[in-house]
Amino acid sequence: MSRAFSQLISILTPILLAPLLLGWVNQMRAWLSNRRGPGVLQPYRMLHKLFNKDSVMADTASSLFRFAPYAVFGSMLLANAIIPTLSTDLPLASAADAIALVGLFALARIFISLAAMDIGTAFGTLGARREMLVGFLAEPALLTVLFSASLIGQSTALPTIVEAVAHKHFAIYPSLVFAGMAFILVFLAENARVPVDNPATHLELTMIHEAMILEYSGRHLALMEWAASLKLFAYSTLGIALFLPWGIGQKATPSSLLLALPSLALKLALIGIVLALVETFSAKLRIFRVPEFLATAFLLGVIGMLTHILLGA
Amino acid sequence: MLNMRAIDLVLWVIGAWIALGLLGILALHRFALVARVFFPLGAIGGLVLAFAAIRLLGSGMVDTKQLSLGLPQLPFHLRLDALSAFFLLVIGVASFGISLFAAGYFRAGEGTAPGLLCLEFHFFLASMALVLLADDAYAFMVAWESMALTSYFLVTANHRLPKIRAAGFLYLLIAHIGAIAILLCFGVLQANTGDYTFANMRVQNLSTFWASAAFLLAFFGFGAKAGILPLHVWLPEAHPAAPSPVSALMSGVMIKMAIYGLLRVTFDLLHLHIWWWGVVLLVLGLTTAIFGVIFAAVQVEMKRLLAYSSIENIGLLFTAMGLALLFRSYGMNTLAALALTACLYHVLGHALFKSLLFLTTGSVLHATGERNLGRLGGLIRFMPWVAWLALIGILASSGLPPFSGFVSEWLLLQSFLFTPGLPQPFLNMLIPIATASIALTAALAGYAMVKFFGVVFLGQPREEKLSEAHDAGVFEKIGMGWLALLTIGLGLAPNSILHLIDPVTRGLVGVGLAHPASANGWWLLTPTSMVRASYGPLYFLFGVVAAVVIAFVLVRLLYHARLRRSAPWGGGHPWRNSRMQDTAEGYGQPIRQIFEPFFHMDRHLPRPDDNEPEYHVVVTDKFWEGIYMPIARATEYISAKVGKLQQGRISIYLLYSFVTLIVILLLVPTARR
Repeated sequence: MSRAFSQLISILTPILLAPLLLGWVNQMRAWLSNRRGPGVLQPYRMLHKLFNKDSVMADTASSLFRFAPYAVFGSMLLANAIIPTLSTDLPLASAADAIALVGLFALARIFISLAAMDIGTAFGTLGARREMLVGFLAEPALLTVLFSASLIGQSTALPTIVEAVAHKHFAIYPSLVFAGMAFILVFLAENARVPVDNPATHLELTMIHEAMILEYSGRHLALMEWAASLKLFAYSTLGIALFLPWGIGQKATPSSLLLALPSLALKLALIGIVLALVETFSAKLRIFRVPEFLATAFLLGVIGMLTHILLGA
Repeated sequence: MLNMRAIDLVLWVIGAWIALGLLGILALHRFALVARVFFPLGAIGGLVLAFAAIRLLGSGMVDTKQLSLGLPQLPFHLRLDALSAFFLLVIGVASFGISLFAAGYFRAGEGTAPGLLCLEFHFFLASMALVLLADDAYAFMVAWESMALTSYFLVTANHRLPKIRAAGFLYLLIAHIGAIAILLCFGVLQANTGDYTFANMRVQNLSTFWASAAFLLAFFGFGAKAGILPLHVWLPEAHPAAPSPVSALMSGVMIKMAIYGLLRVTFDLLHLHIWWWGVVLLVLGLTTAIFGVIFAAVQVEMKRLLAYSSIENIGLLFTAMGLALLFRSYGMNTLAALALTACLYHVLGHALFKSLLFLTTGSVLHATGERNLGRLGGLIRFMPWVAWLALIGILASSGLPPFSGFVSEWLLLQSFLFTPGLPQPFLNMLIPIATASIALTAALAGYAMVKFFGVVFLGQPREEKLSEAHDAGVFEKIGMGWLALLTIGLGLAPNSILHLIDPVTRGLVGVGLAHPASANGWWLLTPTSMVRASYGPLYFLFGVVAAVVIAFVLVRLLYHARLRRSAPWGGGHPWRNSRMQDTAEGYGQPIRQIFEPFFHMDRHLPRPDDNEPEYHVVVTDKFWEGIYMPIARATEYISAKVGKLQQGRISIYLLYSFVTLIVILLLVPTARR
């Protein structure tokens, strides 16, 4: 019973907190650029507004276009459900390991790209092509990061990895240093953050993610936006699980969950600040510098794995 | 009938296919009879084949038989073991769907007469099944060559087009060069005993040198059939040239026969396993996979795209096989079984989804008459059945959970991840690079597949006539639906497939994975142990579906916003048309830019002041210029020199005979002494 409870908590936490994390990052960005900002609760208001609005859909849209937001939202939710955020005792995590997690991200990406191509406008196809470009480089990079960690844990199951890193004797793994650097780059690219994409712009020459969801409105857009914030949340908690796992509970007792929650909140707040700083202090790359950016991440990930095999740590 | 020995059942099916083919000759131009009766009957043969294979895999027995066919004193030795049975299963399930599709696909008056097509098609199926049963080199080569010939005639079904004839010739040429290598390989394997049965080859103890020679010959010969680099050039020519059901059969099933052959020679006939064999397979396999997928992403013709994607998958299969061989050479049999399981799973998975995708291109081709991606688009509105079935195919092909492609990719990555511990340090270093390459291949496959599906089925029609496209017919729908259903099933129930693969790996490396994999319940795939890795596709699907349904219901219950339709946003331009969408060339542009050194590009860019700007880019394979053309030129040069002997005058030829006679007479007494 307590396992099911733990699983339920770890599904509800991301759903409820993901927009808050996004609001926090946006608020920090606003402060860093000397603006007042809309407040951390803005994404919730946005979602509420969008859900209540009528959805306007292109007359050329097919059923795939209507189905895609639900598929993307569902994949992102499951991704969050299998990442150990508060405790490592997750029943669903045995169904999908680290590789399946990357598969889930890819599934969502493919659906969102297909939906973008469905309308047949220049923006949609452009966004889809760029998203797949980012994706095909970021996906293997993320896999190498996860492999570096799984070589340490001798497992691709996320809870086992987290326990191996967190609850064994304290050690700094050189391979994880490389993997961590790679992960930051992938994190920025996959969440459409500044050096790769800019979530705040609708300039046609630069946008990737926004170009793809341009045709969505109303509840469909709300689901897409929510899914995007869930993705940000999933990547943040994945980063925490792999590189800062201290504090994640082993047993799913209510008390340990309660203990894990403040440390999670603190770490997420920290990630939000770092993310806002990175975004404020860097400029957007030209689209054809993005492959170099991601190739760096990929190679760092490979070096991480090599380091592990060379040093045995 | 059903309780006879599995091998007899298979022989009956082969006999029935041959009979159907011969009946086809009698009904040469009776299109309706051939299409609606003969092809569905052939499809039932496929089901029976699959049934026999599953029964044999379940019983774990080995059936043998001798057929006194052909030369006196040289009967066909036949043997049906687990390995053959698994590949028979592949033929059976794939051919059932393909034959049904073919029943609705072939049109009267297209190229070869329908009766002749029926003959070639069913002989092709029969010869593939016979390849798997063969237990001596003689039967094997006869079946192998019939397979090459029948498929050659099928490829050139539209022989009026010179391009198709050229593709067919190239295919035939490389197939035969490969066949020579296979023949030589059997020659080495029999070790001068003069006995060409596989039973004899199994007991020979070859020296390291001769074993390696046999391995390399087999690798070359079967690699040519499979399309491994650099012997791949025929594949993107021949597969698109063939009618779609034939492309499906070739890409889905025939190239797997090469995998079978190589498995048979390296794991069954040869006892020695040397580590560098595995490395050769691994490195060439990975190179092939990356090469294939990069080329797939830049293709502008839908069947060529799929053909290159087949090259990619063959590369992955060779990689898995190489890894298995590597483990085997160091006696790590459990890991070898894991890699082999990944390989065999992918054989079955790829056979299904690639056949499905080729069949959908067939439907598109018939509905629109177009195979160029630049003239398609928006077909999901006019042919929803084909589109949604193709979606299943591309999701499986991109290796996404919970479809079949993901399971084999997952198993393969698992076997790579748990390798540290090989005695050679540099091999251990190879592992991360190989793992990363596989990840890159899988991600690029997603790119290529999104391009394929997005450009063909999504967006707006790029040509006026596309809006008249009609959905596939009943037979076609059933054929594709069967393959799609199996693709989903294969993704959702990996453990039951592992039970089928278990006897195969048990036979080849002595370890089976079915028991450990299902130790934690049939719904959870745990190839090594629960702590290490587990994957439960049903759970996974349940999770996604539950999330989708809850989201949908909640949105519907809580909010009552309506939906209305309007024109898409045109970015402020007063008019928009379907030409503004990305073309297939545009979609491939990032790949062309990033992987520029891979391609030989012929690009024509318009000048800024050009009034009628024209843009085109043609991407060709560097291997043509690098390897094939020099060989072709050398061959022509030599034949031109030799050709000088042929003067066409009788007196000169008589002179040759006379000179030859004198030379022989001079030599004969020397020899006798």
